[in-house]
Amino acid sequence: MNAVRKLGTYTLGHLYRMGTMGLFLVRMLVYTVIPPVKFTRLLRQIRFIGFQSLLVIFLTGAFSGMVLGFQGFYTLSRFGSEAFLGPMVGLSLIKELGPVITALMVTGRAGSAIAAEIGIMRISEQVDALELMGLNPYRYLMVPNFLAALICLPLLTALFDVVGIFGGYMIGGKLLGVGSGTYFMEMANYVEMSDIMEGVYKSLSFGIIISWVCCFKGFYASIFTGFGAEGVSKATTQAVVLSSVLILVWDYFMTSLLF
Amino acid sequence: MIEIENVHKSFDGHAVLKGVSLTIPNGKVLALIGASGCGKSVLLKHVAGLMTPDQGRILIDDQDIASSRGKPLRALRERLGFLFQGGALFDSMSIFENVAFPLKEKTRLSDSVIRSRVFDELDRVGLAGSEFKYPSQISGGMVKRAALARALVRDPEIMLFDEPTTGLDPVIGHAILKLIDECHQKLSFTGIVVTHEIPRVFSIVDRVAMLHEGTVTAEGSPQELSASKDPAVQAFVGQEETREGGK
Repeated sequence: MNAVRKLGTYTLGHLYRMGTMGLFLVRMLVYTVIPPVKFTRLLRQIRFIGFQSLLVIFLTGAFSGMVLGFQGFYTLSRFGSEAFLGPMVGLSLIKELGPVITALMVTGRAGSAIAAEIGIMRISEQVDALELMGLNPYRYLMVPNFLAALICLPLLTALFDVVGIFGGYMIGGKLLGVGSGTYFMEMANYVEMSDIMEGVYKSLSFGIIISWVCCFKGFYASIFTGFGAEGVSKATTQAVVLSSVLILVWDYFMTSLLF
Repeated sequence: MIEIENVHKSFDGHAVLKGVSLTIPNGKVLALIGASGCGKSVLLKHVAGLMTPDQGRILIDDQDIASSRGKPLRALRERLGFLFQGGALFDSMSIFENVAFPLKEKTRLSDSVIRSRVFDELDRVGLAGSEFKYPSQISGGMVKRAALARALVRDPEIMLFDEPTTGLDPVIGHAILKLIDECHQKLSFTGIVVTHEIPRVFSIVDRVAMLHEGTVTAEGSPQELSASKDPAVQAFVGQEETREGGK
């Protein structure tokens, strides 16, 4: 009987959290479409999520493309199809690796910081102070992060793709001898607009996931993960883990939907 | 006028407030005293609308803050000022930006007017010269004073103070209480001060209420509380007075 009660409490607790998380997303969306938008804070968050992620995106993009260059050449050469290295690298990056790795990098670099910042504001009563000034915390804290993630993720993904494609070319073209004309012309022949749009849709949806999960975990830090510094650290860890898992799961569904 | 009517609140089955009722007339300041963990801060957060009672009402000029949502709640809160125990200053902003924030967000005042009001307010709380420091760069007493300046900058009708002197040395604690009194003389706000500063706080408040085991065990003027024969009140007030005397 005790075990049944525990299972019931556990299930209800999870349902309650999921419901709260769902409502949080709805509120975030509602306040995004109802003006005013806090532009100063939005610009600050675009700088933080977008501009300050550039280095890590360039680095991961370049090395992902270079690895793809090696692996792609090795696999294709078995079939005598080295000429298709360009389309292979391009399609892999544009449709899959670009959006996913960019989203995971942004989660690790910016998402964790967003969760920690809002979590600290929550436990030090700064969020309460905002509310007591008659100001809406969603408008001040969540919406700028949400919009900034929506704006930055597709742009960072595009940069990741471009750097990755050139990384692949450096290996395939300069090191392994695939001609630059072959590499880029075959890519142009096989990569279609719908492939590029698939990457854009994915990166947009990943932007929603990162801002939603990280803001939620920070905002409910003292309620769902415990009090004080330990509560914030748990919230930050959960934000990164849950965002990453959701990105990969959602990527599967998006891929099967857009296949 | 603030009317707290039969407020009950429990956390995980543990009753913290068990039917608290209090009335604070306009322009008067009430000190809320009691042992640590007796629910004083919880009650104050109910008055601010940051917590919702399980039962009972909190009326601010006949408007129930507990059942208010959206715009009416925001309108009620705009009349409130709240001094948090830890200050709750925005740590990514300077002291100047913290005090200017409510004016920038909630008024249409020009930058020059805001600037002069913020400088005046910081001067009043004795923080002239520290305007562009960050909360992490100043002492606890200065944080409290900056938070007081932010709470008062929009001339609130109601001020709620959550242990304004906790963690401060007696000299700074006394200065903060004096400051609160000066601000009350000037602004005539209705106020609640949650505090352990007995008997010092008695000189700046009109009435005192003591919370004990989730209910108001005593209420009256500072003189009445000091002279109370109630053993619970004597045990608390007498002990605190002795401790204060020893300082």
